[in-house]
Order: sequence, then C-alpha cells, then structure tokens
Amino acid sequence: MTDQRSQAEIVRQSLKRRYRKERRFRAYGILAIAIALGALLTLFTDIIGKGYTGFVKTTITLEVNLDREMMYLDDPTDERQMKMADFVEPLIQALIQEIPGATEEDRDGVRDLINPYASVTLRDAIKANPGWLGTTQTMSFLTHTDVDVYVKHAGDEAYSIKLDEQQRAWVDELLERDVIETSFNDVFFSGGDSRDPSKAGILGAIVGSLLTMFVTLILSFPIGVAAAIYLEEFAPQNRFTDFIEVNINNLAAVPSIIFGLLGLAVFINLFGMPRSVPTVGGLVLTLMTLPTIIISSRAAIKSVPPSIREAAEGIGASRMQVVLHHVLPLAMPGMLTGSIIGMAQALGETAPLLLIGMVAFIVDVPDGFFDSATVLPVQVFLWAGSPELAFIERASAAIMVLLTFLISMNALAIWMRKRLERRW
Amino acid sequence: MQPANLLLLTLVLAVVAYGLGYARSRSLAMPLGGIRHLKSLPFYYGARAALWSGIPALIVLALWAAFQGKVIQLIVIGGLPEGMIPASEGEASLLLSKISNVASGALSPAFAEAPIAEAAERLKALRSQSQFLMSALVIAVAVLAGFLGWLRIRPRLNARAQVESILKWLFFSCAALAILTTVGIIFSVALETFRFFEKVPFSEFFFGSQWSPQTALRADQVAAEGAFGMIPLFTGTLLISAIAMVVAVPVGLLSAIYLSEYANKTVRGVVKPLLEMLAGIPTVVYGFFAALTVAPFISDLAASLGIEASSQSALAAGAVMGIMIIPFVSSLSDDVINAVPQAMRDGSLALGATQSETMKKVIFPAALPGIMGGILLAVSRAIGETMIVVMAAGLAANLTANPLETVTTVTVQIVTLLTGDQEFDSAKTLAAFALGAMLFLATLLLNVIALKIVRKYREQYD
Repeated sequence: MTDQRSQAEIVRQSLKRRYRKERRFRAYGILAIAIALGALLTLFTDIIGKGYTGFVKTTITLEVNLDREMMYLDDPTDERQMKMADFVEPLIQALIQEIPGATEEDRDGVRDLINPYASVTLRDAIKANPGWLGTTQTMSFLTHTDVDVYVKHAGDEAYSIKLDEQQRAWVDELLERDVIETSFNDVFFSGGDSRDPSKAGILGAIVGSLLTMFVTLILSFPIGVAAAIYLEEFAPQNRFTDFIEVNINNLAAVPSIIFGLLGLAVFINLFGMPRSVPTVGGLVLTLMTLPTIIISSRAAIKSVPPSIREAAEGIGASRMQVVLHHVLPLAMPGMLTGSIIGMAQALGETAPLLLIGMVAFIVDVPDGFFDSATVLPVQVFLWAGSPELAFIERASAAIMVLLTFLISMNALAIWMRKRLERRW
Repeated sequence: MQPANLLLLTLVLAVVAYGLGYARSRSLAMPLGGIRHLKSLPFYYGARAALWSGIPALIVLALWAAFQGKVIQLIVIGGLPEGMIPASEGEASLLLSKISNVASGALSPAFAEAPIAEAAERLKALRSQSQFLMSALVIAVAVLAGFLGWLRIRPRLNARAQVESILKWLFFSCAALAILTTVGIIFSVALETFRFFEKVPFSEFFFGSQWSPQTALRADQVAAEGAFGMIPLFTGTLLISAIAMVVAVPVGLLSAIYLSEYANKTVRGVVKPLLEMLAGIPTVVYGFFAALTVAPFISDLAASLGIEASSQSALAAGAVMGIMIIPFVSSLSDDVINAVPQAMRDGSLALGATQSETMKKVIFPAALPGIMGGILLAVSRAIGETMIVVMAAGLAANLTANPLETVTTVTVQIVTLLTGDQEFDSAKTLAAFALGAMLFLATLLLNVIALKIVRKYREQYD
C-alpha cells in the first residue's frame, strides 16, 4: 500500500510540471499561428503602404496659348507640319506665366515640372480639335514623375527628391493654388507599360492576363473534366491506368518552371510559334493547371453516391448516359470550384511565362491571341526590378489589383462550394 | 481566316451537322412509322454527324496550326540564295527574326539586304497562303466528313453505341495527355541535356565548383571559357531550401497541431482560411516582399549588429520562402494528424496523459511517416520555387554556408540563362536545360518517395 501511495504522490508532485509543459506546448502552437498570421499581416500592410500612392496621379492645369507662330504650325491637318511643329514651347510659356517670379531664364527648370509626354497629349488634342489653334485653352497634364514623387512623398526618406530648391518652391506654390492637384490615377488603369512611371499603366497586362486565362480555361476545363471522367468511370484497372495516375500526381508537383522549359522547347522551338503571345502562355498554363483540375474533378465525381448511378442503371441507362446525364451535373459544382482555384493559380503564375518570352517591354494593349503581350504578375516582376521607386510604387499597386482578382476568385470558389455543393 | 475564327466556324459547322443529322434520322423514321423504329434516339444521329464533322476538322486545324510556323521557316530559309544559307541554328534564328521584322514592317525593307527583303515578301506570301490553305482544308474536311456521316445514317444504325465509343476514346485521349506532357518534358529536357554534355564534360558539370556561364559570343572576343560546375548552385539551392524548412516546418507543424487538437471551431474557422490565403498569394508577390522589404531589413539589422550581410542574402529569400510553404506543411500535417484514429487519442487520455503528452508520445509518432512525406513534398516545392529566388537571391554563385551571403540557385540560373540575350545551341542555353533536367529529376525523386510514404501510411490506418 505504501508503495501505491508513493506512486500517487509522485504523480501528484509531477503534475505541476506536466501542466506547465502542457501550457508551454499550447503557447508554442499559438506562437506558431501568430507568426504565420503576423507574416500575412506584414505582407499586406507592406504592400498597401508601398503602393496605395500608386493609385494617385499628379496633374497640372495650365492655360495654354496655342499660338501659331510659337508652334510653327498653320494647318493641324498637314501631317508634315504636325511632325515639325513645336508642342513644348506653349507648355513652357504657360508654366512661366503661371509661376510668379519665373522668367525666360528658368526655361529648363520649368520644363522639368511637366511630363515629357505632355507635348504628345497636346499634339493629339490639337489633331482632334484643329479649331483650337490660335486660341487659349485650359488643359490638364500629368506632371513630371519627379514632381509626382515630391508631391506624394516629400517627407519620406526612402524616396530621393530630384527637384532643386527653386523647383520645390514653385511646386509648393502651385500646390497651394490648386494648379497642381492629385486625383485618382485613371492613367494607371487605361494605359500600357511605359518608360515613364507616371504614364505606366496595367491595362495592357490585364488584357494580356485575360487573353491568356481565356485560352487556359477553354482548354484545361474540358480536357480536365474529360480526363477525370475517364479515370473515374471508364478506366479499366490495369497498369496503364495506374501509369496515367502516377503521371498526373507527379505532374501536379513538378515545379512550374519546368513547364516553361517544355513550352520553350516544344511550342516555340519545335512548332515555331511566336514568342510572348497569350496563346503560347495559355498552352503552357493549361499543361500546368490540368493536374489540379483533374484531381479536384475526380474528387467531385467520387463524392456522387453510388445510389444515383445504380438508380440510373436500373432504369436502363447506358454507362455513358449515367455519367453524362446524372453524375456529371451533380459533380459540376465541385469541378467548377476546383477549376476556379486552378485558374487562380495560373493567374498568379510568373516563372514559366518568363521562359516563353512574356517579359518583353510592351507598350500597346494587346488586341488578339497572337499579339505580343505580358501578364499582370510579369508586369509586377518587371516593375519590381526597376531602380526607380516610382515604379516600385506602381508594382505594389499592381500587386493590389492582382490580389483583388485572386481573392475574389477564391471567395467565389468558397461561396460556390458552400452554396452549390451537396452533402449526401 | 484567323485560327480562332476558324475554330469558331468549325464548331458552327458541327452544330449544323448535328441539325442535319437529327433531321435526316427523323425523316428516315417517318415512313417506318415514327422514331421508335430507329435504333437510337434522333439526338444520337445528330451527335454522331456532329462528331464526324468536328473531330477530323479539329485535328487538321490543330496539326496545321502547330506545324505551319516551322514549315514556313524552313521554306523561307531554304529559299535564300546560296551564300546566305545559315550555317548554324543560332544564325538561322537571327536571320529569321530579321526577316520577320521586315515582314511585319518593324524594320524598313530599305535597310535590309535585297535577299532578306525578298525573303520577307515570300514569308508574307507564304503566311497568307498557309492561312488560306488551312481554312480551305479545314472547311473541306468538316463538310466532307460531315456529309459522309450524314449519308450513312440508317434506321438500323446504332448511333448511340458509336457516339458513346467515340466519346470514350475522346475522354481517354484527354487522360493520356498527362502521359504526353510527361514525355514532352522528358524529351525536351533530355535532348538538350545530351547536347550539353557533348560540349561540357560530365565530370565538370557534376563535380566542378565554378559556375560562370559566360561564353564568348564571337570567336574573336576575349572572354572566359565559361565554367559549368553545378556544385555552387546545388549548395545554394539547398541552403535556401534549408532556411525555408527551418521556418516552415516548426511553424506549420505547430499551427496544425494547435488547430487540430486545441482550437475550438470558431478559431479554426477563422485561422484556417487565413493560413490558406498565404498559399494563394502569387510567388511574385512574395518575391517582391523578400527583395524590397525583408532583404533590406535583414542587411540593416546585421549592419546595426556589426555583421556584414549582403543585400541579397540567402536568409531573406529563404525566410520568405518558408512563409510561403507554411500553409503547405500545415495542411498536409493536419491531414495526417486527423487520420490518426480517435481510439489512440482516447486511450492515451484515459490513462491520464495530458493533451500535449498524448500529442508528443502517441499521435506524433503515429503520424510521423505521414508528416515526413509532407515535409519531403514541401522540400521539393522549395527546390523548384523560382520567383522568390529570382527576385531576392543573387546571381553570384558562391560556395558558402553563410546565410547572410549571396547564393544563387538552380532555378535562378535557368531563368537568367533563358531570358537574356540567348543564342541557340550555345553551351549557355543548353546548360539551362541540363539544370532543368537535374531539377526535374530531383523533384520527381522527392515526390515519388513522399507519395509512397504518405500512401503507405494512409493504408496503415484505413
């Protein structure tokens, strides 16, 4: 008996230590989750903090005197004259007028306040409205990127302000009088890439992504579903079927860059398809997402209870009719959910597209499946590699757009799973 | 006609064939006394006609679209005058890009030699001819095959059986595409790898400790011979993957344990989707985060401690990669932990063990093989991860184990070798494929082992 009591005593004495261990173990778990969620939070705040200013543009509103003599232009419909005409001078004159204390001597300093592309804007405006020549018009132009950076990040040490003292004083003055204003950056959503951060936009990349995703979707969804149907419903139990299955499982884990090598060697070098076009990108991403779609579609088919099949077979349906009329419609929500997740993966994929040349600097918005294009994540990559902080700001903003797309796709998938999927 | 439009037209033709087949089966059935005298429902006669029309046309279209580019290139090159026929593949691709630039108008014909301008004209002509021929052929095939299918409709024809067996074959070929992809990967990588080993000896690649793939572009250029020893890349990849695992395994495992054993339903419902969100973030975003936030932070921190750290340290890339892999580890561990039978848990708790003791002494040993399999899968993902290292790790191939120094990885080198100015057939380009082959083999091996372990483990408790 004494022995037993001492046993109980030992246990009781050790309890405190054991409970402490228990609490510590629990704390480790909480710490781990805190680290993971903390990383997520840091990532998001970092990107939003870096990029929200990317959605803001800085414009300057000027009274531009479109003087014929100053511009060397008589007839805006004459191509030759338009090519030779001086569209910078009216802008400089308008700025000198607008800035108190600025004189002809300050031409160079004044010119650097306005975006290099402003003269193009002016030319296009005159082309569209030939009647403006000889009048004075109030127009808005983008400011120079240096001004944009100064206006948005004057106090930020990370940004180097390239304006000199004089120019800063001018900008401050113009800001006060609302000649220089900040507003929502519509240029960012309506243009393609540019060498000038203020002009750079993501429309080209978004269109490229949409075209690529379209190719991926129309190929990978039907093929994936068909493969899943075959493997679940028709495949005989033999080594060949096993081999297919092993292949699919392995392909799902093959690094995405390998698919880029495949695309480069087969589609571009062997078939001679053009580089950096959405069709080739879509083909590569199709091969990459197929395993995901096949695996999730198979799970969806598996979840349809055998009673449905048996009932259909019982009233004389053929195997194919059972599958197409009963199993497939019931499994469709699950298949769609899996496909949306697969598409979200493909939308965020960058590495294989680098290898098939979708990293080119492309200004125009692509207008077809065989037009050179880039995609949103690659655009982020290109801008992120730039030494100019103004481009980094655009990259963060583009990441926000990309994440918005991805999160809404995933939310849609979750909603569909909750809403449409039936539990048997 | 553009291939995309042609595709649409083929589909329209198939629909027309369906309608005609449907109508013919009905009209054949009429004199017999209604469609009950048909062997199959009219739908199947229509579907049969549609498949007859559509499938051959689509096959022709796909083959033509796939091979026309290469064939036209060969014809254009073959049509060049004697002296201009390129000697190597590299010259050929240079010449071709020049010709196509002239053809597309990007380069004025005035600036090109006369044969090039002629070739550009021929290229344009061939392209439009090819497109015309393709359209004509595809439409002809669709109409002819559809017509044949339509003609063969008889009341006694078992259209349903035919349609079903065609569909079955179609489904089978979709499934077999997985094999074709694997074969494609192996062939595309293996062929170039063999050619690489013709130029660079085996021993140098596997045992060399120097990696500097700058080969001379021109014969007269003074340049390094180029060294292709993959050991520094290999160690660099391992270093970064190891750092990633040091971050991901404890965090992922502990959070999986907490979520499956301690957390209540509400916490689980909130934390799990948030963790999964980490998995859904594109790798380019992680790369951005690693290169522009974490790496400067680490080098500043090290500087303030008086240690020297590179601005592209392996630590930054590895740590961020670890964050990316956390959800992967945690969801795989969650699966295996949940697969341990409840009876084992109950038994241990009934004997008076605390929850953490049950976890550590009963569940964890039982789940260990599965967890190991999951970790191996995570390692294979870390090795193959590209964007984070491309953006945050460097290019310098240092042979070091110091996480604060710059290392480079296999994937970084593949991207660098294939995205810059490249020359076909040079050892530099081929080296990328050789590295790709190594990467493919390594990940394949890890995956096969991991899947085996996981599967074996699952069977144990089923």
